Amino acid sequence: MTRQMTGAEMVIQALIDQGVDTIFGYPGGAVLPIFDELFQQEEVRHILVRHEQGAGHAAEGYARSTGKVGVALATSGPGATNMVTALTDALLDSIPMVCITGQVPTTLIGTDAFQEADTVGITRPCTKHNWLVRRIEDLPAILHEAFRIATTGRPGPVLVDIPKNIQFQTGTYENCKGKALTQYHPAVKGPEAAIREAVELMAAAKKPILYTGGGVINSGPKAVALLRDLVKLTGFPITSTLMGLGAYPASGRNWLGMLGMHGTYEANLAMHDCDVMVCIGARFDDRITGRIDAFSPKSKKIHIDIDPSSINKNVVVDLPIVGDVGSVLEDLIAAWTARKPMQDKAAHAAWWKQIDGWRAKRCLTYRPSAEAIMPQYAIERLYALTKDRDTYITTEVGQHQMWVAQYYGFEEPNRFMTSGGLGTMGYGLPAAIGTQLAHPGALVIDVAGDASIQMNIQELSTAVQHNAPVKAFILNNQYMGMVRQWQQLLHGNRLSHSYVDSQPDFVRLAEAYGAVGIRCSKPADLDDAIEEMIRIDRPVLFDCHVVSLANCFPMIPSGKAHNEMLLGTDVTDEEIETAIGAAGKVLV
Amino acid sequence: MMIVAGQSQSAYFLEEELPSTERSHTLSVLVDNEPGVLARVVGLFSGRGYNIESLTVSEIEHASHMSRITIVTTGRPPVISQIMHQLGRLVPVHKVVNLTWAGDALERELALIKVCGKGEIRDEALRLAQAFNARIVDATLDSYVFEITGAPADIDRFVGLMKDCGLVELARTGLAALSRGRNGITSAPAVAG
Ligand SMILES: Cc1cc2nc3c(=O)[nH]c(=O)nc-3n(C[C@H](O)[C@H](O)[C@H](O)COP(=O)(O)OP(=O)(O)OC[C@H]3O[C@@H](n4cnc5c(N)ncnc54)[C@H](O)[C@@H]3O)c2cc1C
Ligand SMILES: Cc1ncc(C[n+]2csc(CCOP(=O)(O)OP(=O)(O)O)c2C)c(N)n1
Ligand SMILES: [Mg+2]
Repeated sequence: MTRQMTGAEMVIQALIDQGVDTIFGYPGGAVLPIFDELFQQEEVRHILVRHEQGAGHAAEGYARSTGKVGVALATSGPGATNMVTALTDALLDSIPMVCITGQVPTTLIGTDAFQEADTVGITRPCTKHNWLVRRIEDLPAILHEAFRIATTGRPGPVLVDIPKNIQFQTGTYENCKGKALTQYHPAVKGPEAAIREAVELMAAAKKPILYTGGGVINSGPKAVALLRDLVKLTGFPITSTLMGLGAYPASGRNWLGMLGMHGTYEANLAMHDCDVMVCIGARFDDRITGRIDAFSPKSKKIHIDIDPSSINKNVVVDLPIVGDVGSVLEDLIAAWTARKPMQDKAAHAAWWKQIDGWRAKRCLTYRPSAEAIMPQYAIERLYALTKDRDTYITTEVGQHQMWVAQYYGFEEPNRFMTSGGLGTMGYGLPAAIGTQLAHPGALVIDVAGDASIQMNIQELSTAVQHNAPVKAFILNNQYMGMVRQWQQLLHGNRLSHSYVDSQPDFVRLAEAYGAVGIRCSKPADLDDAIEEMIRIDRPVLFDCHVVSLANCFPMIPSGKAHNEMLLGTDVTDEEIETAIGAAGKVLV
Repeated sequence: MMIVAGQSQSAYFLEEELPSTERSHTLSVLVDNEPGVLARVVGLFSGRGYNIESLTVSEIEHASHMSRITIVTTGRPPVISQIMHQLGRLVPVHKVVNLTWAGDALERELALIKVCGKGEIRDEALRLAQAFNARIVDATLDSYVFEITGAPADIDRFVGLMKDCGLVELARTGLAALSRGRNGITSAPAVAG
């Protein structure tokens, strides 16, 4: 079925045909025809943000919490450049996103026209793919291909730049959903021989570990269910990256906690000492590996990943399996079940005994306080009071983000939205709004830092306008805590510009926006204050005053190996200041 | 391809890299000839810190809008394999083949070389041009333009000699390369690794 319509109508029609119900955007001259079409229909809801970066992160939150594509819309020039951070964020975190930008008319391109920017040029390195649409004939196929590319293979952001005259032109629209415009067809099914070999390696393992990541969540609910089956079937211990939290429940018996720079002692030591490592949808990021030449030196490594370029990028593996986690796990479990391997029970028992020894360190212990709120305690209480609800958590970037990863137990996937790869301060509030709009009845909390929250605070106005009752739970330590911690570690505790002077009064700031402000600074009041926050069916800024100088431990200092961790309870200030050698200082 | 256990390829691991197995590789890349495709390829190399020694691009199938890009780059085997995978995940890239792995590929380049001089130097330039099978494509009383086609190393040698024969300027096309034998790029094994 084909129909005649304008380019602007095609944009809306393609969104409808792709099943998009919500988009996030901001108007301007070069997208006015699209906004005019939005005005005249009711199928696609447009959420007006206050800054295009907010639209991008809101689309990311929407995408990560639903498994669907997030859609953002911005005008040419400054609208598009404001989107760059969110696009880069989505690229690094494998978030499927389609961004539509307006462009000056084709006849003006290249003339330094008003609000002209080379949007495809600027966004080429921060999108999975992008197009400048030069002919109305090409528009329908490109719009649909954008969705296909955003969601297949390693997901990511795709941008379609549409000159204003193309938006006005009339052409033939065809719903080409699912039809391929390009030859992009990443392999989904893993090679059988490799899967059989993986079963052999895993069956013979004496000290196995599953190292899982965001790819499991990208793959979807089937992959998550299969991962849980695999743990049951094999009895292997399991750890995950920041991006994979929730794929395996934190309450599960085999769960070791997050691994990596701020991961648990047991997870990192098990990674270091294992003899077979099964990496499932994770990418051996430098926050995980620490010193590469000391990374899990004795193990055979199996790596399941849909992107061939993820394999052998940072760490050389013994057995790559290129394919979708869901598909590969299905075949792997079938092969395992058919083979009925005899596992070395004694070796596994000894391995678990060793792990339990590491667990006994209780590496997340911190010194409690009766007078002041410890940030770890705040997260523990937040978890206790929200875990039985339909809760979604987003974060900003910094210590508070790591404390969430350590002290909040995620039981399900798609419940934790955080900026891992790019580490974008300002991600959390708009991401929470995107999440809330996708899950209207749910409790959505942005665990924030006092510095980060100010990077996209204007989105509080978006939350108020669209009745998105998100809660920003600010762990206010009056510092850029993570920066301060690194300055203590690396720079003789010279706290250059990491103290946040002249903070706003967050309670009054909330009120100014038409939201609700809550302040709490005593441990004894915290539960009641959190309960009050939960009860309020409006956006809330919760200013939670925590101790200023707490550090985030455990920590693998940069340039160090997994078995050279700093633990929180027994580390002295001097050890902190000498923990990183000259070679580690140049790393980030 | 060869994978050497324990060798790191991390951008963040700043130890001295072992130069041992670094060598130049000729990659053949089949792409959709669409706007920006060259920028994508070049941007990938600069953005990820890979080097380009030579790059040639030209449409090879007008009807299906296909171009072939020939890239000469250097690196150790794991880096080369990473480059190929990174190229392979660009949406307009159809195929990436490493002609150096395939072995003894045909590699040719064309150069135009202008020399100027009179008397003995001019005679010497002409004698060397004949020895190298270079053609005269332009001549005046005191200048020649030679055209030479050959393997890059042969052209390097000829250019080196011309420096003593009044070399004025030169232009080189960059590499065109094909594998030997009956198989073309579409039937060659794809991104290896
Ligand atoms: C301040 C700070 C501190 C941090 N500290 C830590 C830390 O201590 N520990 C930690 O873990 N992280 C930490 N991070 C996050 C870290 O930077 C990385 O973002 C994270 O480790 C990457 O997660 P991942 O390996 O799961 O990869 P992702 O970025 O989630 O990538 C997913 C991988 O799976 C693949 N994939 C995608 N879809 C599929 C599919 N369908 N099938 C198969 N494969 C697929 C992709 O190709 C990719 O290789 C920190 C971040 C910040 C900002
Ligand atoms: C946009 C951006 N700029 C700078 C940084 C570097 N950075 C990382 S954490 C951090 C401090 C965050 O402070 P705050 O939000 O108060 O969180 P805390 O660490 O105190 O919990 C900074 C500046 C960043 N990640 N993102
Ligand atoms: Mg802070």
